[in-house]
Amino acid sequence: MFFAKVMGKVVSTIKDEGAHGKKLLVIQPTDHRLKPVGGPLVAFDAVGVGVDEVVFVESGREAGVAWDGPEIAADATIVGLVDRIDT
Amino acid sequence: MKLCTVLGSTVSTIKHPCYGGRKLLVVQPLSLAMEPEGPSFLATDAVGAGAGETVLVCEEGRSAMLVFERPDRTPLRSAVVAIVDHVDLDTGRGPVRHAFSGAPARPKPGRRGG
Repeated sequence: MFFAKVMGKVVSTIKDEGAHGKKLLVIQPTDHRLKPVGGPLVAFDAVGVGVDEVVFVESGREAGVAWDGPEIAADATIVGLVDRIDT
Repeated sequence: MKLCTVLGSTVSTIKHPCYGGRKLLVVQPLSLAMEPEGPSFLATDAVGAGAGETVLVCEEGRSAMLVFERPDRTPLRSAVVAIVDHVDLDTGRGPVRHAFSGAPARPKPGRRGG
């Protein structure tokens, strides 16, 4: 699980059927000081966040089981909105 | 997923049977400026993408097995799972839309969605 900043959204018409009706956002992974780490990624949104917000993201197989219903093809899903980081 | 542009495809006669007749695409990851960033890599195609198109590449083995409806033991990790129409970004200098015209129009054998 890692921090990320939401940078924008992705619109796609032709996609895997499991992705239908789910929001896809461009995120920039960061460390706990919100310094960018690596390149941008595209993640599904399981909680309802918006551009410019700081979120936390789960990666790997677990990213595909954030919703009711069958597992979907996903390698990154936003699973929380960050209110504050105390370090 | 990684936002990538499709550079082309790879032809291989001798390969693991799990790849079947799937296209093997050469993809190049993109930065937030939509410029090439980092090394290119290979991904199997699940949506009928072609050279010049901007796509989402999922790098998770279980997901690749789901989109290709393969059994659990399959040596396949990277799959092209979406063709991108456009990306709306706000990197601090106001909203910017990157629209992708992609490859010339042709029939797409992949799954379609809305």
